Amino acid sequence: MTPLHLSSYTATTCLGPGLAATLAGLRDGRSGLQRCTFETVELDTWIGEVAGVDAQVLPPALKHYDCRNNRLVQLGLEADGFADTVRAAIARHGKKRVGIFLGTSTAGILQTELAYRRRDPASGALPDDFIYRTTHNSFSLAEFARDYFGLEGPAMAVSTACSSSAKVFAAAARQLALGSIDAALVGGVDSLCLTTLYGFASLQLTSSQPCRPYDAERDGISVGEGAAFALLERLPAEPASGSILLLGAGESSDAYHMSSPHPEGLGARLAMEAALRSAGLTAGQIDYINLHGTATPANDAAEGKAVSTLFGQSVPCSSTKGATGHTLGAAGAVEAVICALALGHGLLPGSPQTRQLDPAIGLDYLLSSRPATLRHALSNSFGFGGSNCSLIFGVAP
Amino acid sequence: MSACTTTPLTAWIEGIGFLAPGLPDWATARAVLRGEQDYAAAASVLPAPAILPPAERRRASRVVKLTLAIGLEAAAHAEADVATLATVFSASGADGHNCHALCEQLATDDRQISPTRFHNSVHNAAAGYWGIATRAMAPCQVICGFDASFGAGLLDTLGQVIVDQQPTLLIAYDSEYPEPLHAKRDTPDCGGVALLLTPQPTARSLASLSVTSTELAAQTMPDPALEGLRRNIPALRSLPLLQLLARGEAGTVCLDYLPPMQLNVALQPC
Repeated sequence: MTPLHLSSYTATTCLGPGLAATLAGLRDGRSGLQRCTFETVELDTWIGEVAGVDAQVLPPALKHYDCRNNRLVQLGLEADGFADTVRAAIARHGKKRVGIFLGTSTAGILQTELAYRRRDPASGALPDDFIYRTTHNSFSLAEFARDYFGLEGPAMAVSTACSSSAKVFAAAARQLALGSIDAALVGGVDSLCLTTLYGFASLQLTSSQPCRPYDAERDGISVGEGAAFALLERLPAEPASGSILLLGAGESSDAYHMSSPHPEGLGARLAMEAALRSAGLTAGQIDYINLHGTATPANDAAEGKAVSTLFGQSVPCSSTKGATGHTLGAAGAVEAVICALALGHGLLPGSPQTRQLDPAIGLDYLLSSRPATLRHALSNSFGFGGSNCSLIFGVAP
Repeated sequence: MSACTTTPLTAWIEGIGFLAPGLPDWATARAVLRGEQDYAAAASVLPAPAILPPAERRRASRVVKLTLAIGLEAAAHAEADVATLATVFSASGADGHNCHALCEQLATDDRQISPTRFHNSVHNAAAGYWGIATRAMAPCQVICGFDASFGAGLLDTLGQVIVDQQPTLLIAYDSEYPEPLHAKRDTPDCGGVALLLTPQPTARSLASLSVTSTELAAQTMPDPALEGLRRNIPALRSLPLLQLLARGEAGTVCLDYLPPMQLNVALQPC
């Protein structure tokens, strides 16, 4: 693909709002996970909850979008002055020439879960104040963002579970290549809800401790929430040194099982190979891999096999989900931004919570963060339904 | 200010699949859209997916049956090998019945939901079963655009066809919610359309389509019943285009996308 410029980017997770908190958390090996006290949830698990989400007040004209997920959208957009960079891009390109591509797995389903507790006892009807379109629907975050910026161009939500907000980079890159837009607001937002907490618990995929990716004793995920965004634009003729670039994207399907990865990581390997082809790079040119690394026994084993088959055991890699939790539909964008920080600040992020590497997985796995000069970073995102996406980012010399 | 899509995005249609209330397949829809047969309102008929093993076939949800029906019909129409096809699924919502059951249980004291219900709750559940059924390991996109889902799906499909130069099967579909969600989102029944698009014309091409953006009003269907389908099932915002295809006529239609942005589609039969 033609390289694209991440002209601005931001991430908000349980590590804190914006890039400074994220970078400091990664450098210090800090984890934002806490024991679950979310809403009325009674589960023995740890979560990555973003502070201050429910203090967000949406603009009066957009109050029909009000729900935890869209509050998190706004919190994330306003971090680091990112929203101002979007407005500047709209001023440069026009409100019809900036597209919106946002990933989510559950959008504002929490709003519906809460509404179901307030059904009319006689009729069973949901309360009058519940608005399906602008809170529950998977498109609601994209429509909210489009209205937030007064945009009039294309918009879509991608919802492929935990690969959603990696795949938006590929979808946006296609529209930029077609010439149908000049800039794309890409990203992912997922917020805590009962469906995912009780759902992953029902599959026995939640850990009762902070998640330990690639650990010999890993036993499940810590569900997190997050909002991460990037502004993608065509590359200037001479990009400034240190500019972060999207170089390649690869997508594939496991065609194997709804909630278990292919045991040999075949789909994962196909996605990484496609990303390398798309970037015109060889495996030896990748300096860091941000693994999907959910900390379930099956995911890390399958992904580890795929990565070691393709890259051998010499590429430094880590999952950062011990720091952020698994932000599900936001994970692709959160980890894209983590790759951007790694490239821009010369950092190999470690893996807080992981203590003893699984000896059955042969990777150069980073337990703690360390400085390094990086040129290319690859990020993996895999989701239920066997949906895989790998992205490759670079930094302009 | 320039229009959003400045140069037409062009692809060729090789196969069509269709299912809607009263229109069980493309052959029936084609006859109705050509005016050769009257539209007769009826509930959507979702065939049992023969491609699934018997146990899976019995368990298959309505959206899985719907997407397998229209996707396989389009692929068969084009004589394409489904195991090799990239796909774009685009739907205004996920499995409404499954969603209702989960929300209902999560509102009780017993929140121990079924793991199958949970993995079926993802927006890409139908796409996941498609992969398992067809063994297709190619890229599979899953989009939601609420009422704009058809247009959003068409734009990304054109991206994959033109930029990635690969035949891509668009499967645009919607399904209904039961009450009480139905009162908040009143999609009446299952319906959808599948289009296999290719980057170059082939001996099997039915027509070319060229898409540009516009701010014109979308074309409506002259038949009130068909107009009802167009308005109430987002994937069927495609009906004006399908009418041209059914009639084998060259022409241009404007389809609803995301106001003020609409899609102008020029169709040229091969």
